[in-house]
Amino acid sequence: MSKIHVSTYVNGDAVEFLCEPGETLLDVLRDRLNLTGAKEGCGTGDCGACSVMLDGRLVASCLVLGAEVEGSAVETVEGIATDDALHPVQKKLLEHAALQCGICTPGIVVAAKALLEKNADPSEEEVRYWLAGNLCRCTGYDKIIRAVLDAAAEMRGVSA
Amino acid sequence: MRYIVAKNSRDAVALLGAGDGAQPIAGGTDVLVQMKLSGVAPSVLVDLKKIPGIRDIVLEDGGIRIGACVSGAEMGENDALKNMWPGVVEAVELIGSTQVQGRATMVGNLCNGSPAADSVPALLAAEAIARIEGQDGQRDIPVFGLLEGPGRTKLGKGDLITSVLLPKAAKNSADAYLRFIPRTEMDIAVASAGVNLQLDEAGVVAAAKVALGAVAPTAVLVEDAAAALIGTRLDEAAVKQCAEACEKACNPIDDKRGTIEFRTKVAGVMATRAAKIAFQRAGGLL
Ligand SMILES: Cc1cc2nc3c(=O)[nH]c(=O)nc-3n(C[C@H](O)[C@H](O)[C@H](O)COP(=O)(O)OP(=O)(O)OC[C@H]3O[C@@H](n4cnc5c(N)ncnc54)[C@H](O)[C@@H]3O)c2cc1C
Ligand code: FES
Ligand code: FES
Repeated sequence: MSKIHVSTYVNGDAVEFLCEPGETLLDVLRDRLNLTGAKEGCGTGDCGACSVMLDGRLVASCLVLGAEVEGSAVETVEGIATDDALHPVQKKLLEHAALQCGICTPGIVVAAKALLEKNADPSEEEVRYWLAGNLCRCTGYDKIIRAVLDAAAEMRGVSA
Repeated sequence: MRYIVAKNSRDAVALLGAGDGAQPIAGGTDVLVQMKLSGVAPSVLVDLKKIPGIRDIVLEDGGIRIGACVSGAEMGENDALKNMWPGVVEAVELIGSTQVQGRATMVGNLCNGSPAADSVPALLAAEAIARIEGQDGQRDIPVFGLLEGPGRTKLGKGDLITSVLLPKAAKNSADAYLRFIPRTEMDIAVASAGVNLQLDEAGVVAAAKVALGAVAPTAVLVEDAAAALIGTRLDEAAVKQCAEACEKACNPIDDKRGTIEFRTKVAGVMATRAAKIAFQRAGGLL
C-alpha cells in the first residue's frame, strides 16, 4: 500500500509525515510523531480521550484521518503548558484533585481550554454539556466541572 | 484503500463512478466508525471537503443554501440560519458531542440513512431540497424523495449531494425539533419529531408539516398530524388528534432502548411538544 505524504502544523511547528490512507490522526500523533498525550479510549468518537484542536475546532482525533490534515493546524495537549507554567485549566485540575487514573485528562484539558476560549464565563450547565463527550471512569465528573469553572474565574481575573 | 481529495464536484462524481466500492467522506463521523467496527474499508475514499464552495452557507432567493461539508458547529454559529430555521439547527446541534459537532455534517447525517438521524425529520418539515451532482449533471430533489430505508438512500452510483437549500421561510412561520433519548446527551433518538408551522394574521395555524424520526424504516411525514393542527391555535382537541395521527404512522422497531408501545406513544408526545414550540416561535399565543 502506498503511503501518503502529509505536510501540516502541529503545535505551531511545520511537520511532515508519511501515513497509510486509513490511518487516523490519533495513530499518527501517537505512533509517528511521538505525541502520546492524546489517548485512545474507544476509537469510535464516544469518549473524548483523543481530543485535539484541528484548525481551531475541537475534534476527536480517532475520527480524523492523518491524510485529512494536509495543510491544517493541529494543536495537542503537549502544546498547552509553557516550559515553566501550566495552563490555568491544568493547574486547577490538579488543585481540585480532578483526576485519578488520568487517562481522560489530556482530552479534558484540550476540550475545556477550547470552551474557555469561546466562552470566558460559562455556566455549570454549559460546562457539563460542552464536556459531555469526555468520559471519565474515575472522578464522577464533579471535581472536573468545579476545576473548569475555577479556571474560568481565574482567567477572567476574579476569584471564585 | 486509497484516499483521494476531490478537486471539484465533477472530479468527485468521476471518482465515485469509476470503480466499485468508492465512497465519499465528509466529516467522517459515520464512515470512520463503520470502517473501524466492520474492519472493511472502501476501495477509494473520496474526500469532498476541498470542493470549492462546499463549506459555505449562502443566502439564496430568500432561503439559505448549506454546503454539504459545513459542520454542525458552523451551522450553530450562523445567526441568519438560526433565525430562519431554528428547528433544523437545533436538530443538527443534537448530533453527538462537541467533538463530533466539529466534524459532522447535516448532509452526511442524511446520506448515512439512519432512521434515527436527527436532522432528517427537521429537513422534511422544512421541505428542504438537496442539490445532487451525478453522472448526468446537476439536479434538485426534495430530501423527502431521497429516503429509502435503514442505511440506504435513493442516491445512485456516483451521485453526491453538494448542498441543501432550506427554502425561504414563510411570514409568521417557525420550525422546531425534539427527540427523546434515555440520557441527556450523547445518545440515539428513540423517537423524534420535526414540526414547521405557519400562522395567519389571527394567529391560527394556516399550514403545517409534521415529520417523525426513529419510528419507521425512514423518517416519515405525517399528513394527518399536520391536518389536525391546521385551523387551530393548538387547543387540546387538536393536540390530541395530532398525537393520535402520529401514533398511527408509527412502525417502529422493538429493542432494549424502547419498546414498540413506548416509541409509538413518545412519537406523539414529541410531535405535539415540538408543535407548541414552533407555534410560539412563530408568534402564536398558547
Ligand atoms: C459519538 C457519536 C455520536 C453521534 N451522535 C449522533 C446523534 O446524536 N444523532 C445522529 O443523528 N447521529 C449521530 N452520530 C452519527 C454521525 O455523527 C452523523 O450521522 C453525522 O451527521 C454524519 O456526518 P459526517 O459528515 O460525519 O458523515 P460521513 O461519515 O462523512 O458520511 C456519512 C455517510 O454519508 C455519505 N456522504 C457524506 N457526504 C455525502 C455527500 N455530500 N453526498 C453523498 N454521500 C455523502 C458517506 O459516504 C457515508 O456513507 C454520532 C456519531 C458519533 C461518532
Ligand atoms: S478514542 Fe477518540 S473518542 Fe474515544
Ligand atoms: S481520571 Fe480516570 S478516566 Fe478520568
